[in-house]
Amino acid sequence: MHLYTYEGTFEGLLTVVFEAYERKAWPTAIEQEQVAQPGIFGTTIAVVTDEEKAQRVWKGLQHRLSATARKQLYYTYLWEQPGFELIIFNYIKLAFGTSENIEGNFTAPCVLQVQQAAKQLHREKHRMEAFVRFQKTTNELYYAHIEPDFNVLPVIIEHFTKRYADQRWAIYDTRRRYGAYYDLHSTTFVTLDAAPCKGMGVLPESAITQQEKTYQQLWQVYFDHVNIVERKNPKLHLRHVPKRYWKYLSEKQPRLQA
Amino acid sequence: MDDRITEKLKILADAAKYDVSCSSSGGKRKNENKGLGNAEGMGICHSYTEDGRCVSLLKILLTNHCIFDCAYCVTRKSNDIKRAAFTMQEVVDLTINFYRRNYIEGLFLSSGIFSNADYTMERLVRIAKKLRQEEKFNGYIHLKTIPGASEELIKEAGLYADRLSVNIELPSEKSLIALAPEKNYSEILLPMNNIKQQLVQAKEEKKLFKSAPAFAPAGQSTQLIVGASAENDQQILQLSSQLYKDYSLKRVYYSGYVPVSSDSRLPIITEPPIIRENRIYQADWLMRFYGFDVKEILDDSNPHLDLDIDPKLSWALRNRHVFPVELNTADYEMVLRVPGIGVKSAKKIVSARRFASLNYEHLRQMGVVLKRAKYFITCQQKSLQPYDFDSQRIRNKILFGDGAVRSPLLTQQLDLFRQVG
Repeated sequence: MHLYTYEGTFEGLLTVVFEAYERKAWPTAIEQEQVAQPGIFGTTIAVVTDEEKAQRVWKGLQHRLSATARKQLYYTYLWEQPGFELIIFNYIKLAFGTSENIEGNFTAPCVLQVQQAAKQLHREKHRMEAFVRFQKTTNELYYAHIEPDFNVLPVIIEHFTKRYADQRWAIYDTRRRYGAYYDLHSTTFVTLDAAPCKGMGVLPESAITQQEKTYQQLWQVYFDHVNIVERKNPKLHLRHVPKRYWKYLSEKQPRLQA
Repeated sequence: MDDRITEKLKILADAAKYDVSCSSSGGKRKNENKGLGNAEGMGICHSYTEDGRCVSLLKILLTNHCIFDCAYCVTRKSNDIKRAAFTMQEVVDLTINFYRRNYIEGLFLSSGIFSNADYTMERLVRIAKKLRQEEKFNGYIHLKTIPGASEELIKEAGLYADRLSVNIELPSEKSLIALAPEKNYSEILLPMNNIKQQLVQAKEEKKLFKSAPAFAPAGQSTQLIVGASAENDQQILQLSSQLYKDYSLKRVYYSGYVPVSSDSRLPIITEPPIIRENRIYQADWLMRFYGFDVKEILDDSNPHLDLDIDPKLSWALRNRHVFPVELNTADYEMVLRVPGIGVKSAKKIVSARRFASLNYEHLRQMGVVLKRAKYFITCQQKSLQPYDFDSQRIRNKILFGDGAVRSPLLTQQLDLFRQVG
């Protein structure tokens, strides 16, 4: 019985893999140190993140896994659902245990689990890329906030950086209390002392231009008029835009008056 | 000023919505000029209308003034509706401002025909050019090609647009003559062929010079209206098949006819043929992604798609001699033909079976749905079916059996069917 604890980063998790191999002591559980509950039986091994050890594990994976599979492992880390650490560990152990490429081995539970976790994360990433709605503030910043089910901010910023290269923008994750800010040169992670509240009307009236309201209203008008009433299909509509995403969408807010 | 724009947007979005093309994928335009937008790779649906269709582009007409009088079209000359026209700057401003707020992937611009084809086409091209050159816009642009527009204009359009499309609308020349007196097939097919030539040429040049200009990198598409004229599904799908093969179209869209007019030239229908449209799309997918030939899906003795079951199941029930398929040994192409197994499941099966002989538990864990597939497969030579049912029994079991899920649209129809049967 070996409980490994780490400080929550991806490098930390890779360091756990290194330590487990070093000790030849396979983990029965891997937990973040803030939340870990040492059991009565077995030993607890507290792992300190070590860049070099993490690098060595990652390099080893580069020899055995495609870039896609490595990305899936990272996605599983960002997925953050209970037990993700052990899933990642089992996957890496399977990969190191054979000279064969194991990526397509869907008969192994950990391969399926990684594939499914990565798929869920990818979906949420894609949804955020679609459903983010920027509001232009009086100081020329395009601002949006999100509350994604999984920690997708690190993987959506590339998309927005490429796309909005000529405008300052910020996206803030209100659930995880950090954001990304692009200043026309590069995108950096930021934290705010006073986290914004939830809901679409997050910005105070005074922070938004009249022009912003006009375009929000025009978008609502467009949304209403591109609909074909004779084909109304609420079930299909909800499948594509589940209710929990409506809070982001200006077209799903009460109609603005001109 | 805002009120006027609002009014125009209402009219010109209303008029454009029956064009169902929504794709924003396949563009290769990268943001290399520190400009606005990036259209490489995957398309994004930013919202969905209440009828369940995706909203990815600002889809509008430049104007709904039109000199043509096509019976199926809401914008036809003889229809008594409000008319409006955007200025070029208005289209540019709407596109840019919607894009900056992440509402859209880009612009889909079509138009009623005013003055003549070239005059109209030229304005569409100028808007695209303005977006690309003055606004440094790298988002997606889909331009409609106006029937009868000159070759030079189409060539120029392809330099700025990611996709070009010419709508055929009516699936036969006969219907076109009856319902769209000002149009004819050669006038539609000519630009289509033109675009195809340009696409081929641009690709060749690209091979020689990396810097050669791209021509409509997301290819061309068209639309066929279903249910406004008498063509059967076989005729429609034969036409699509030909368009995919001879004109290398990226997509053929199908638009179930929504009764937008009481024109006496049209059949009287009360509701759009949504189920039929859906079956045609499924058949289209079979041709594009599942290796089916149109002749396998429909033939002279079966000219209509079965509305109750999907075309792949329908084909399987007519071809019982090729089943059951043993999933551990069958070719990928054959696995793909099993009803209920899609491209993703088929790929997973073929990949996983290299590591272990698959059993039903493996399939369940991989998320392969067996509701329909179980009548057509074996796994390690074992079948989940104790009896060998005939096709009619399988059909009934799938439609009415335990856990059968069906579209609420079908339910009513099937209930009637059951009462009779």
